[in-house]
Amino acid sequence: MTSRRTSESGLPIEPVYGPEALEGWDPAEKLGEPGKFPFTRGVYPSMYTGRPWTMRQYAGFGTATESNARYKQLIANGTMGLSVAFDLPTQMGHDSDAAIAHGEVGKVGVAIDSVDDMRVLFGGIPLDKVSTSMTINAPAALLLLLYQLVAEEQGVSADKLTGTIQNDVLKEYIARGTYIFPPKPSLRLIADIFKYCRAEIPKWNTISISGYHMAEAGASPAQEIAFTLADGIEYVRTAVAAGMDVDDFAPRLSFFFVARTTILEEVAKFRAARRIWARVMKEEFGAKNPKSLMLRFHTQTAGVQLTAQQPEVNLVRVAVQGLGAVLGGTQSLHTNSFDEAIALPTDKSARLALRTQQVLAYETDVTATVDPFAGSYVVEKMTDDVEAAAVELMAKVEEMGGAVNAIEHGFQKSEIERSAYRIAQETDSGERVVVGVNRFQLDEEEPYEPLRVDPAIEARQAERLAKLRAWRVQTEVDDTLEGLRKAAASTDNVLYPMKDALRARATVGEVCNALREVWGTYAPSDVF
Amino acid sequence: MSAEEPIRIVIAKPGLDGHDRGAKVIARALRDAGLEVIYTGLHQTPRQIVSTALQEDAHGIGLSVLSGAHMTLFAHVLAELRDADAMDITVFGGGIIPETDIPALRDLGTAAVFTPGTSMGEIVDWVKSNVLPVSSFEGTSR
Repeated sequence: MTSRRTSESGLPIEPVYGPEALEGWDPAEKLGEPGKFPFTRGVYPSMYTGRPWTMRQYAGFGTATESNARYKQLIANGTMGLSVAFDLPTQMGHDSDAAIAHGEVGKVGVAIDSVDDMRVLFGGIPLDKVSTSMTINAPAALLLLLYQLVAEEQGVSADKLTGTIQNDVLKEYIARGTYIFPPKPSLRLIADIFKYCRAEIPKWNTISISGYHMAEAGASPAQEIAFTLADGIEYVRTAVAAGMDVDDFAPRLSFFFVARTTILEEVAKFRAARRIWARVMKEEFGAKNPKSLMLRFHTQTAGVQLTAQQPEVNLVRVAVQGLGAVLGGTQSLHTNSFDEAIALPTDKSARLALRTQQVLAYETDVTATVDPFAGSYVVEKMTDDVEAAAVELMAKVEEMGGAVNAIEHGFQKSEIERSAYRIAQETDSGERVVVGVNRFQLDEEEPYEPLRVDPAIEARQAERLAKLRAWRVQTEVDDTLEGLRKAAASTDNVLYPMKDALRARATVGEVCNALREVWGTYAPSDVF
Repeated sequence: MSAEEPIRIVIAKPGLDGHDRGAKVIARALRDAGLEVIYTGLHQTPRQIVSTALQEDAHGIGLSVLSGAHMTLFAHVLAELRDADAMDITVFGGGIIPETDIPALRDLGTAAVFTPGTSMGEIVDWVKSNVLPVSSFEGTSR
């Protein structure tokens, strides 16, 4: 007897697929050539046969000095791009000495309070030689400008800077929770960033529209791409409404997805997402530049699938997940460290995570040919199925008036939470096997001593701030912050006065507070 | 005295951490098991959490912290409870919490800490047998 399984998106998976699965399926329409519309097979003609993806390991903790040392180590180990993790006070626009920051300074990332910290973070790292991704959303403009200020000090002009700011606030409301301002001013700030980068930092990826965090919160693959692409559509509409031509900013949009252990559906998901986006950009927004149609994306392996039990098993999970990302045509990849269900990665676990990618890139043959699953009965059928499921969900978001209106109705969040609860129930019942957790357990887990962040860094950051506030010219800070408030209240681009304030040593907390005064803060109606 | 009084639990997200999957899943599981559950929403200060618990006349507070700030935040919630003379409210919690931190959290007054991989059933059973609606137990201090 054969039994039919259901995919993570709730779609049927047949025990056997044959030619009938692809009846009427036209490769010219569904696939096209690699690097050509609808980009199902990948955004570039040669993909990894030319060069592998960018190995980009997300890292950062403690002070700028400690994180700088970790970055130099990652570079020495062969990482190709930096990816900065900021601590929660920085992500929420609070200084390290704010009351609400107590206990959180330097914990999940590096603490950055001012340009002085940013200079230390990138000390000895030439900013014209590395590309830097920054996981920063509500205060994305601030961190980008701090990066530009440090580059200026290094003598590197802004047109040489390459990297990405996450800058995706809509998914913060849906899944990740580090929002500051309400949706309307948040979208306006994002449009200001698009315009600023077009004029000043043309090679910068201005946004990384992210489904990763939705997946971590419980979203299925179809929900992940549907809600992410719907967010993307909202950003494009915002920029167009702000007077930009779609081809002036769309080539700099990028995406960020998860890679789960269910690699067949994941490969289908990545391919489906590329096809949907290309069609939306062409048909709905009339984009002409082929680069505007390309869904370029970063992938991170699924942190939520890692277990605290028998943590070394996570090395295997990460290898499988990473393989899925590569078979799906990712442009860059972060592989998680095996100890991330317990704490921050140690030097050794971070190195092993990078080595996993190096094995995939240099020892396997999956890089030898483009889109190896093309034409596979099951993967093509699943690509069509995931695409159809995602398109249906996107239509529901449209019916509600687009991503922001749907967020205000709590639609995406409640859909995702329902999925999360179902997964928890399946795990409890044993229907969903998690090795080491509900099957194949050990009687006694080995003790594991995780990396710890020195709690004294909170006091050290507070001292640095006190010195900075005593040293800087306060009238300059006050005047530039006043300029920022005025721009925020008008339609002027806020990034120019914001840069003046940051150059005058206004802190991250002070700049965000100036904007809070004008724009207010977001208060969700949180039900469960 | 009513023996039927349901157990009331406040599920709370202290600090700046925005990851609420675990908190929401546990809130639903407790609710489905017949408990009354109040979810605080994100970014709550310890004082706000204790004030919610007092207003709701809660019997227990479940804290969820994934950001590594658990030592500070659990200590602050327990200190606020002490200041409010409400130490009869049972505090438990979960999140990304290293095993080696658990003894210190228990010393602070945390009744139980659930780490990743704990089943919903185990947590529901623990709450049902360890967080008791005080009014059904005349004579205990409240």
